[in-house]
Amino acid sequence: MCLAIPSKVLEIDENNVAKVDTLGVIREVSLDLIDEEVKVGDYVLIHVGYAMSKIDEKAALESLEVYKQLAEAAKDVDFGEIEPERLVSEDGPLLYKPKVDDESNS
Amino acid sequence: MKITLSYGGGGEETNKLINNLFYKYFDNEILKKSEDAAVIETDKKIAFTTDSFTVSPIFFNGGNIGKLAIAGTCNDLAMMGAKPKYLSCGFMIEEGLEYSTLEEIVKTMSNELKKVGAKIVCGDTKVVPAGSVDKIFINTSGIGEIVKNGISASNLEVGDKILISGDIGRHGAVILAKRYGVDTNLNSDCKILWEEVNALIDSGIEIKAMRDATRGGVSAVLNEWVKSSNIGIEIKEESIKISDEVLGLCEIFGFEALDLANEGTFVVAVKSEDAKKAEEILKKFNENAGVIGEVVEGNRVILISPWNTKRVIELPKGELLPRIC
Amino acid sequence: MNLTLKDLYTKFRDPKTIKTLKDLIHKEAKKLKEPMRVMEICGGHTHTIMKYGIKDLMPKNITFIHGPGCPVCIMPKERIDHAITLAKQDGVILATLGDMIRVPGSNSSLAKVRAEGADVRALHSTLDVLQIAKDNPDKKVIFFAIGFETTTPMTAAVIDKALKEGIKNIYYHINHVLVPPPMRAILDSGEAKINAFIGPSHVSVITGAKIYKFLADEYKTPVVVAGFEPVDVLESILMLIRQKIKNEAKVEIQYKRSVTWDGNVVAQKLIDKYLEVRDSFRWRGLGDIPKSALKLKKEYSELDAEIIYKDILPTNPIDDHKMCICGDILKGIATPLDCKVFGNGCSPTNPLGSCMVSDEGACNAYYRYYRR
Repeated sequence: MCLAIPSKVLEIDENNVAKVDTLGVIREVSLDLIDEEVKVGDYVLIHVGYAMSKIDEKAALESLEVYKQLAEAAKDVDFGEIEPERLVSEDGPLLYKPKVDDESNS
Repeated sequence: MKITLSYGGGGEETNKLINNLFYKYFDNEILKKSEDAAVIETDKKIAFTTDSFTVSPIFFNGGNIGKLAIAGTCNDLAMMGAKPKYLSCGFMIEEGLEYSTLEEIVKTMSNELKKVGAKIVCGDTKVVPAGSVDKIFINTSGIGEIVKNGISASNLEVGDKILISGDIGRHGAVILAKRYGVDTNLNSDCKILWEEVNALIDSGIEIKAMRDATRGGVSAVLNEWVKSSNIGIEIKEESIKISDEVLGLCEIFGFEALDLANEGTFVVAVKSEDAKKAEEILKKFNENAGVIGEVVEGNRVILISPWNTKRVIELPKGELLPRIC
Repeated sequence: MNLTLKDLYTKFRDPKTIKTLKDLIHKEAKKLKEPMRVMEICGGHTHTIMKYGIKDLMPKNITFIHGPGCPVCIMPKERIDHAITLAKQDGVILATLGDMIRVPGSNSSLAKVRAEGADVRALHSTLDVLQIAKDNPDKKVIFFAIGFETTTPMTAAVIDKALKEGIKNIYYHINHVLVPPPMRAILDSGEAKINAFIGPSHVSVITGAKIYKFLADEYKTPVVVAGFEPVDVLESILMLIRQKIKNEAKVEIQYKRSVTWDGNVVAQKLIDKYLEVRDSFRWRGLGDIPKSALKLKKEYSELDAEIIYKDILPTNPIDDHKMCICGDILKGIATPLDCKVFGNGCSPTNPLGSCMVSDEGACNAYYRYYRR
């Protein structure tokens, strides 16, 4: 499972274990895999009981600023009708040919 | 002090339990008559329901198995437009359960009953050997007097609007958290819904269908309606309120909030012209209430994202979370 | 502006931003000289794409090809049978991460043998292995380790901690796999006709974006390492379109808040301390891929469950159910909708193949979000 979740550091104990908050869920994770300094209030990515990395807040805010500017330049939010799902892309249908061993037996 | 097998034996200890605990907290004249059966009179059409409660853990943020046992059955009655009046209560207690635990549960049940003016008029107690049940199971059956007739899952018509009485997934998320051993500040939404239902009835709105979103959550209710009324339902994702804590738990464990059980939140369908009024009434009880969708032609439940993409919401399958209520 | 925790979720799912990026994608995709066939390597991205309807937001000339980035999906049946066999041994506690529990082996699953009395523990935290071992000193705790590079450091960290704390009853069955080798294999076969990649979010946090350089240099295929929220994926598509229009093939990082070029060096060093690349590993659907998986280093072979239990672990490769096309789906040449048993005998509660079992499998994602 590659799912990693952003969480906020609430406390750090002497065993390098941090109490983190994930939108109201409080859990403990090990900071053993992070070599830079982690402080209370930092955001980390957690995966199977460990913090994998510190989230770069500056980079996050920069991204959000870019989106904010893009969105402001965009007109009113009317998504309109979304085309129903197509199984065929512009380069033609992906002609799927399953391996034919003994199709008569299936 | 622990409850031993003799407490269920029918003898002196049983009587002590009944008098000191059940009669004390469930005090009413019918119960105290101590007959083999309770005699009730009513001149109204009645609704009758039963439910068994096996929730694990028996104590959770926002309630316990006793609160559930009362609210669950009262809500089943309320969802039919019936005012909860008389309940039966059967306890199956594992030997070794602490007396104080049972007392806490019974006290909670008594408090819940008072909120809606319902009474437990008959009951039964069994104490079984260790391992036969997990701490305590409770069955409650309920009789309610129908105040609003004709509410049914097969009433829905194209154009009707669907509303919800609050934010979703709290109960399921709380149990989930406890099961997986994570701390959360979240409380179960467990509560009796008669006040809200009564307010809707009193306003004169025609309630077409109504159901509390227990096991299987909102997904289950909407899918049942689709089947019963032979229609389709479209709901807007952005109108469904989910608390941060429920969102967090869903993120971590990969659950959908729409599939999580609620024990104090219900879905109601009304005619399109009544939707605004219904929303106003429900919002008085919970600001997270509101219109979430409408009935359309078709035969599926479709969730529309804030950017207009659609996906099908199906009946949750498999054992999502055993012993959730 | 201050960043809150909730921002890290909601602002990267913001409808207005999604609409803006969608419009930009449609506008710029018109300039593409050929249709873009982009593979999202990671199962988590497949999930995001399906859950948020990103597939439906694309213009006609952009197609998603789902990659094999699901560590459970690519486990061949005979290795799942390893886990089941180990779990059935007397005095063994088999611990593994959640998804493995329900994956069907050739005729059983860990969930089934657990119901039959085997001691099988589903972990949400790798660290729990240490506590289980401490609580059960007379048992052998075997940690069945699965996952791509995201999860490998945690196994290494647990090996490290167990040795430091002198916990003697933990053994490891290592099934950690690597992302670059199957990418190479898929491109070499050329069947899926991929001309762009969305790089995995969290593998890249550990490895750094540098591991995809060969895709750009040798295969002239652009790669953008994307975050796992819908805004991240959409921005990455835009970045890929822009590369293609300029005829570029570079590795770019969209997921700047978490991914760097070099990655998490501490984690990498820890992995190198205890694990090494094995010569070959059989991938479900993709066959044998050289140097694509890890094993314990020789000096730790007394901890290696694969060696200790060699005599009872099955080695014969086991084929999939005849109707199961997971292999082709993992290779990117079929979608779940091409499968005759998809939703018709194969479902998350009754999975015939691994793509349906795991939350990161393409079939599971399609089943949950894309059935009509």
